[in-house]
Amino acid sequence: MIQRTPYADAFTYAIMVIGFLLLLGPFLVVLAGASQTMPQVNAVPFSFLPQGEFMKNASAAWARADLGTAMTNSLIMAALVTAGKVALSACTAFAIVFFRTPLKHVFFWSVFITLMLPLEVRVVPTYAVAADLFQPIKSILGFFGLEIGIEWNLLNSYAGLTLPLIATATGTFLYRQFFMTLPDELAEAARMDGSGSVRFFFDMLLPLSRTNMLALTTIMFVYGWNQYLWPLLMVTDPSYKTLMMSLLALLPSDNGIPDWNVTLAGSLIIMAPPVIVVAVLQRWFVRGLVSSEK
Amino acid sequence: MADIQIRAVRKSYGKTPTLHGIDLSFDSGEFVVILGPSGCGKSTLLRMIAGLEDITAGEIAIDGRVVNKLEPRERGCAMVFQNYALYPHMTVAGNIGYALKVAGVAKAERERRIAETAKIVGLQDYLERRPAALSGGQRQRVAMARAIIREPKVFLFDEPLSNLDAKLRVTMRAEIRKLHQRLSATSVFVTHDQVEAMTLADRLVVMNRGHVEQVGRPLDIYHRPASTFVASFIGAPAMNLFTTRIEVETATVRLDGAAIAIDPLVAHALRGREVIVGIRPEQCRLTTEGKGLPARIDFVEELGVGRVIHCEIAGEAFAAAVAEDADVSAGDTVWLSLPPEQLHFFDAETGRRIEFPLPGTDIAAARGSASTTQHTGVLS
Amino acid sequence: MEKRAVFKSWWLPVLFALPQLVLILLFFYWPVAAVVNWAFTLEPPFGGAAEFVGFANFKEALSDPFYWNSVVVSLIFATVGPFFCIFIGLTLALAVDRQLPGSGFFRFFYILPFAIAGPAAGMAFRFILSPERGLAASINALSPDLWNPAKYGSHALALVIIIFIWKWSGYTFIFLLAGLQSVPRALGEAAAMDGAGPFRRAIDVQVPLLAPTLFFLLVTMMTEGFVGADTFGIVHSVTGGGPNHGTEVMVYRIVDEAFQGLNYSGASAQSIILIGLIMVFTFIQFRFIEKRVHYK
Repeated sequence: MIQRTPYADAFTYAIMVIGFLLLLGPFLVVLAGASQTMPQVNAVPFSFLPQGEFMKNASAAWARADLGTAMTNSLIMAALVTAGKVALSACTAFAIVFFRTPLKHVFFWSVFITLMLPLEVRVVPTYAVAADLFQPIKSILGFFGLEIGIEWNLLNSYAGLTLPLIATATGTFLYRQFFMTLPDELAEAARMDGSGSVRFFFDMLLPLSRTNMLALTTIMFVYGWNQYLWPLLMVTDPSYKTLMMSLLALLPSDNGIPDWNVTLAGSLIIMAPPVIVVAVLQRWFVRGLVSSEK
Repeated sequence: MADIQIRAVRKSYGKTPTLHGIDLSFDSGEFVVILGPSGCGKSTLLRMIAGLEDITAGEIAIDGRVVNKLEPRERGCAMVFQNYALYPHMTVAGNIGYALKVAGVAKAERERRIAETAKIVGLQDYLERRPAALSGGQRQRVAMARAIIREPKVFLFDEPLSNLDAKLRVTMRAEIRKLHQRLSATSVFVTHDQVEAMTLADRLVVMNRGHVEQVGRPLDIYHRPASTFVASFIGAPAMNLFTTRIEVETATVRLDGAAIAIDPLVAHALRGREVIVGIRPEQCRLTTEGKGLPARIDFVEELGVGRVIHCEIAGEAFAAAVAEDADVSAGDTVWLSLPPEQLHFFDAETGRRIEFPLPGTDIAAARGSASTTQHTGVLS
Repeated sequence: MEKRAVFKSWWLPVLFALPQLVLILLFFYWPVAAVVNWAFTLEPPFGGAAEFVGFANFKEALSDPFYWNSVVVSLIFATVGPFFCIFIGLTLALAVDRQLPGSGFFRFFYILPFAIAGPAAGMAFRFILSPERGLAASINALSPDLWNPAKYGSHALALVIIIFIWKWSGYTFIFLLAGLQSVPRALGEAAAMDGAGPFRRAIDVQVPLLAPTLFFLLVTMMTEGFVGADTFGIVHSVTGGGPNHGTEVMVYRIVDEAFQGLNYSGASAQSIILIGLIMVFTFIQFRFIEKRVHYK
């Protein structure tokens, strides 16, 4: 900025440090607690000093909540949600932006409206569809007095975990935003060079979208990893449990021993992957966040 | 090499018409420049030839084949865009060779032709660079190379030089002209810059508001502009135009009180009519005090090769080009003579040029004898 | 803003959009239609004869004091939470935007909490702000039960709101910082030439120009507070709606009613009310964004 004033600068630093303590403090508590012994973690006042017990606590947590299986499932789920979103929304945005057809407005609005209603308010019927993918078709046929005997249950499957989460608008608008910034002449030049629309999509749009894909990948990974309600409803088979579902299993039992050090170590394992992604790819994460919202 | 026929072509976006029936015919190997102000429909016309815009009505034929329904790639045209439209993620070689890649040309053959084309435009040392690492002029060359490599029948240029700085523009102009002589494909070049148009064109098409105003060789258009629009659009500084009435007795027109002599036969032919009279600044002459048209100089523009004096006559801006050593400065009053044979006459209502002889008069015959006797007298 | 769309084909765009369209049809539009249908009918879940009951389900929901309790809880949650998120985000963004040496370091860390799932954050805060251990226990050492979210609904509500604020402040920070950085530097310089110090500049120049971002965040954050995934996740993992319905936000009640109470019609009626609420928010935001485009 223009001129520097010592008081204002000191005040600015004070604010930044307070903000740092408020936002990072909880991390430090978790880190310290996860590395302490049970008596240490329960001591009042709490000591912020980390101790050497982290590996022991972590392996206790790992065993208690079967984090190995859950970790695999969470990774698969986050990866599928991310890949599905990155691929499908690129296709939809392409259809919306680059074609001269009245249908594109139908596409645009039908995707746009999904921004309004999060899963939480339509979770019951979504669950019903997942329980039998053909339920909508059956109902429509039933309306005309027809009955069919097919059923496709998505509960306790990766498809069931991920498909409903891919059915949102986030990525589509990120791509659309980007496509709109490309000069019209780019597609025209490609057309003059003899390239058709599909070829243009693969030769031009996808390579040019790399940074957007990276941005979308970071936010979708975090989104997929952090899903809580949906897996909680979908999954009854422990072999499909995700990490988020394991959180409650980490809690010390109500009247049992308060081994919060183990709980905290387990929480840390669950929190770590998205935090690492955001820390390492922060530039892309921020870009994805800002440009997918506007 | 191909000729282009444009027959009664119209274009409207929704209900708004942008082209009102264009008829043009370009010969094979010709360098045609379409000139006009922004929004006149020149780019639309070019894009219709390219196949990037639908043709609302009429037809366009390239090489005798109607192309209305053909995809751009089937028309044999290559296009250079105003902003170059290079593929940012590809190298120079990738950009130049993309059309061949799409066409499925084998890699070895492709590379040979890329190298060959790059040499024509002087890019052989930049083949591995990305467009972002090139200067404006180099990007322009890539865009041209991309067009050349396809060996098209028709080159289309959509204001390709307007993003370059003034000096580079002159260089590239010369290069485009040289390239045309070498490849001699039919070229259609769209611009709003009249200097560019004059220097490049074999034939010039001047457009305004979706109409063709005039078609012809650049010098013909300069000397005989078909309308006040063309007259003021071609030539810098622009032609001086003023509305006045012909006085047949004295064979003069009145301008700010001063009587300007005109050809008596013209005066006779146009007697009593209201006309727009035009004269190019470079045809005005300084004359001795008390003669011709008095003008008080507002400011003097230095061009190096000469000076342009700007004044106000009859409430209109008036410019006159004088020699660089002419002793004039702002605030002076100078006297201008306007040679009668350099005056242009336009219909005051339609703005169209009034050609002599007027059709349906017998003055044509009379003029031959009259001009020899009287002309010189009026001049001096 | 329209692009000069260049490709002409009616079936290719359909083909490209189809996968996503099928998914949203199946997992969005059909469920939404089902919610509407169920809200006006009474039927056993997943089959059986549905009976049209008009607004009976709504009447029933609206006459339930626990429903109104959840409305009040949600209102508190979705106003207090966003207010503090935006306040903290704005304060930090203004500080970081001064670009003093080291501010990049702070910026880096401010964003991290947003990467953590609400329930995971909830788990950490259950410990940090537990009445018996962690940081808050020291307060209770002064006098027992000065802080006890397990016992008092108001304390529990404060706890879940704190977790929400902690997680989402980084989010508002990102947007406000981006907004500040798009304010032309020349404006700040002009204000400085006019003799305004850093604080005056922040209040007189920067904050007014941030108005569009602030409004956008207010609407987004309130929507998030009412129906966001974190709102449900935090409440579910930290308090389970208790104690004594003290933290039972509307979303939590809907899910609880449907899957614990198996009252699909009642849950659907409540969903419709919530959907109406979000539509109002979205409409306001849409109108506003339109205005902002004209403003530019």
